[in-house]
Amino acid sequence: MIKWLLFLSLCFLTLSILAMVYRLVKGPTTPERVQALDAMGTYLIAGIAIFSVLLRSTAFFEVLLLLGILSFVGTIALSRYIERGVVIERKQSD
Amino acid sequence: MKEPNDVILRTVTKVAVVIILTFAINLFISGHHQPGGGFIGGLAFVAAIVLLFLVYGIEKVRKNIPVDFKIVAGIGVLIAVFTGVGGMISGKPFLYQVFGHVNLPIFGETEMATAVLFDVGVALAVIGTSMTIIMSIGDDR
Repeated sequence: MIKWLLFLSLCFLTLSILAMVYRLVKGPTTPERVQALDAMGTYLIAGIAIFSVLLRSTAFFEVLLLLGILSFVGTIALSRYIERGVVIERKQSD
Repeated sequence: MKEPNDVILRTVTKVAVVIILTFAINLFISGHHQPGGGFIGGLAFVAAIVLLFLVYGIEKVRKNIPVDFKIVAGIGVLIAVFTGVGGMISGKPFLYQVFGHVNLPIFGETEMATAVLFDVGVALAVIGTSMTIIMSIGDDR
């Protein structure tokens, strides 16, 4: 029973990630793409967590943490680019 | 133009950088029997420094980490090569590694391997190369 529930939730996660890929490719403006990328990172984390429950293994926990960190840094970089037009700031040139 | 207010970002970064650095060291140490190792440990380390770059600007971080990362990459490659050559001296093949069990005061019976030295070299090379790439990309507009 729980196995089929996990399979079903994996299927729904895949469907939503496909929808996000559509928004990532099609999205008219940059903020929409950033949001889609951030949500994709979160959904990937959820999918891997469900997969590790399904396999009864703890080998994927590092992957979860690392994906969270990378998605956090990437989202901050992209939103900073949207806000200020530059990713890494320098003082002299402005 | 009004200066954007990023006090939340700065406060979160102060905590998150410590967590990311701890995780990087954990990844590096667990790399012998579990997922991890020098390469991914170095990359997680670089992620923490990139977060500092993003939030605090490039001058402040450079003033506080006065390290030339090209030299770090060179030292890492040298360490990796010399641990490989160390096996050749005793008549074994290149990159031959040995391990043994040592009784440490706090940790008890611990397995010590010379592969860790090679991993230190790999981690330093990865940190130096990625930081050089990121610094040279972020420096010019």
